Amino acid sequence: MSSIIGNRVLRREDRSFLTTGATYTADVDDPRLAGAVHATYVRSTMAHAHITVDASEALGLPGVVGVFTAADLDGPTVLPGVVPVFPEPMLNRPILATDTVRFVGECVAVVLTEVLAQGEDAAEAVFVDYDPLPVVVDPEDALTDEIVVHSAVGTNVAVDFSNLGMATGITDDAFFADCEAVVAGRVSHQRTASAPIEVRSTAAAWEGDKLVVWMSNQGPHGVKETLEALYGEQATGGIQVIVPDVGGGFGAKIAPYPEDALLPWLSATVGRPVRWFETRTENMNAMGPGRGHVHRFVIGGTRNGDLTHYRLDVLVDSGAYARIGAFLPMFTLPMTVGVYDIPNVETGARSVITNTTPTEAYRGAGRPEATLTVERAVELFAAEIGMDPIQLRRLNFFRAEDFPVTTGVGTEYDSGDYEASLDLALEATGYDELRAEQARRRAGSGPLQMGIGVATYVEVTAGPAPGGDEFGRVEITPEGRARIYSGSLSHGQSHMTTFSMIAADRLGMEVDDIDFVQGDTDLVPHGHGTFGSRSTQLGGSAIHDAAGVVVDEARRVAADLLEADVSDVVLDSEAGGFHVVGSPSVTRSWAEVAAAAGKGVLDAESQETRLCSYPFGTHVAVVEVDVETGHVRLDRMVTCDDAGRIINPVIVEGQRHGGIAQGVAQALMEEVSYDADGNPQTTNFADYGIISMAELPSFELVPLETPTPNNPLGVKGIGESGAIGSTPAVQSAVLDAIAHLGVTHLDVPLTPRKVWAAIHGA
Amino acid sequence: MQVSMTINGSDVSHEVEPRTLLVHFIREDAGLTGTNIGCDSSSCGACTIHVNGEAVKSCTMLAVQADGQDLTTIEGLADGETLHPMQQAFHECHALQCGYCTPGMVMAAVSLLDEVPDPTEAEVREGLEGNLCRCTGYHNIVAAVLQAAGGAR
Repeated sequence: MSSIIGNRVLRREDRSFLTTGATYTADVDDPRLAGAVHATYVRSTMAHAHITVDASEALGLPGVVGVFTAADLDGPTVLPGVVPVFPEPMLNRPILATDTVRFVGECVAVVLTEVLAQGEDAAEAVFVDYDPLPVVVDPEDALTDEIVVHSAVGTNVAVDFSNLGMATGITDDAFFADCEAVVAGRVSHQRTASAPIEVRSTAAAWEGDKLVVWMSNQGPHGVKETLEALYGEQATGGIQVIVPDVGGGFGAKIAPYPEDALLPWLSATVGRPVRWFETRTENMNAMGPGRGHVHRFVIGGTRNGDLTHYRLDVLVDSGAYARIGAFLPMFTLPMTVGVYDIPNVETGARSVITNTTPTEAYRGAGRPEATLTVERAVELFAAEIGMDPIQLRRLNFFRAEDFPVTTGVGTEYDSGDYEASLDLALEATGYDELRAEQARRRAGSGPLQMGIGVATYVEVTAGPAPGGDEFGRVEITPEGRARIYSGSLSHGQSHMTTFSMIAADRLGMEVDDIDFVQGDTDLVPHGHGTFGSRSTQLGGSAIHDAAGVVVDEARRVAADLLEADVSDVVLDSEAGGFHVVGSPSVTRSWAEVAAAAGKGVLDAESQETRLCSYPFGTHVAVVEVDVETGHVRLDRMVTCDDAGRIINPVIVEGQRHGGIAQGVAQALMEEVSYDADGNPQTTNFADYGIISMAELPSFELVPLETPTPNNPLGVKGIGESGAIGSTPAVQSAVLDAIAHLGVTHLDVPLTPRKVWAAIHGA
Repeated sequence: MQVSMTINGSDVSHEVEPRTLLVHFIREDAGLTGTNIGCDSSSCGACTIHVNGEAVKSCTMLAVQADGQDLTTIEGLADGETLHPMQQAFHECHALQCGYCTPGMVMAAVSLLDEVPDPTEAEVREGLEGNLCRCTGYHNIVAAVLQAAGGAR
């Protein structure tokens, strides 16, 4: 039987999604949640203020079971920080604000009601008196410390990565003294909303001394760790975290939020299960957005196109507390130079506090920012020396024959062929014909100008370096089926299908002979979850290895049954059983071997640490810009993305599509914004302008496979690539369309107003 | 007040507050959780169902407005074990990932083909603009709708 790896296998998990809408957290019908009350949070409507809260009126309203403010909490009062490098007042988020609120949407009280709708009424009857404080919204303003958000710390700087040894530090102009040409610039990466269509949703119940929590999240084990820190002493019967079907995460559902962390206390306090399902407005105001970087770069080299020096200075908007977003330069800095062999590099990075929603990860998480900036720098340097930017890229790419390579910031890339991805993408695009068409349009007098943008990227997956691990377990059931357990967590990524294929290939079974278990800490003892494009590399490899151990064990059992030496017994994938080499007529099936082995023998775990990998590719965008209105239409998106060996092209293509759409959205329309007083301006999908299918073309995907040596499957991550290459490609395409009008740079998102204003000098 | 309607061929009757949205009635009173809630502004379409055969975002209607009407939700679309051609096309084209938008998207797509049986790609994109998906980039959803239309042709 030829291997199933690489085949176009349709998803095994689809049926329940298509027929009953599956089971998301709000759909869970579990006896432990019988009689649950509903939690509704009362949120700050001001960005920075001292507060006093009066909840007395709400207590008397219909259906109200309880109203709680910070003063009432006799359990956990702060949510511990995710990355413990920040000053404590910035690190640990108050679960309910005590005397100060620091962003619009921060929780100040919670109402428990019999029915969810009663909670909305009761929350409006909780009166918060605000004594306003000065507000700082812009991270560059925050850096001046004129207004300090956490007065106990005395500065808004949450962390300087130079002090952590993660950046070289920034020197002076002398660094570029040897360069014939130098270009400097400032690049903004706006805040974007992860915007999963399922908002946050959590439920908590106590079964005696055991705490059970259901949560829409990207991995139950991290949640359990946080809950153990908060409730470990109380939960003497243990903590079980269950993640049912999840309606998207994109990075914002990695760590639990204060709203989640309070539910067990509320449940214990009122003696009933508690459920929470937020509104979209709450989600837009309180779930962490991503990006929010401002970069300053300087690039230098020779006039014939040899890039020799580069400087990247990163400023991250942490929002009101330092959460995952504040730490994401850990992914930006190692990818500073992207695909370019630039030997002399210096870096700096700081994260600052502002009166806005704390930032979290969002698809790409630090790498899109590195990529967009270096691609901008290369485009602008090419313009400075009068060279075609594609030619400048070719001159400075790391060469395929030189891998593995060490970059100017010391990152070791495992494998790659950047020029091949560029050639393939350009060929698929019909680049030369498009340039001719562009010239015709420029010569004419019509308002519809064409632009072509190219971006070549490399990113890190299963990072940060050196790598990571994930739990996998494979057991053979008495019926001779396999059950696989993963600490990784599909929330749309299709693990059931991909991991079953990996196990089926190794075990010589059909995909349908394999059952998949995830998302329950009582069933899966360890795990990390799904983020950073790590699942197949780490989780898939763990299944692959555990299955290998099970096969070896099964061969020993089969050898006894066949009265043969174990070294002569082979697994026959075709027949789905074991026989002596050269004697395929006498076979022992998996069921027979399982019966002989007895319980617990054909059962293996794996959680080996593996090196991260560096997927790469080239995206080409073709846009039409109406120079009279500034409107941009994306006509074509051609991408060549290398994710190493492909287990299932169906799933990989789907991941690429989704990433591309989100990257295009960042380039053209989506932006989480605030007014000067810190009031969010994008509080729902109508205001936010989330991308729809009407704003996108179908995508043109070009395959390329360069296996990585860093894991037994040869796979790299693919979940985020689409969002990394597409934003700079579209940005460059729009700027290319209007370059002849004297516009050299515009920050994303390239809204009609911004493009029109640049063209017309407004 | 008391409202009664037919959902997926079954009679459903329940006491509701007048302000109850139809989507809440479907989920909580009829117990059909396939219809999802994704926004507060009728933007996302996750709650799309059929009322008397036409696609409606069930957050835009009060339960009382559906009194006496004939509703179909995602749970009522397949014919027993046999998927509706649109469900089948979504499966074959990998048009769903996290699946949260899927029930609404499928219901809207079925309704679109009722109105425009043989749409162009542009007509599909225009016709389903009111249904948001964050996972698929819409590429495979469009492909699935076109495939379902082709199958019906």
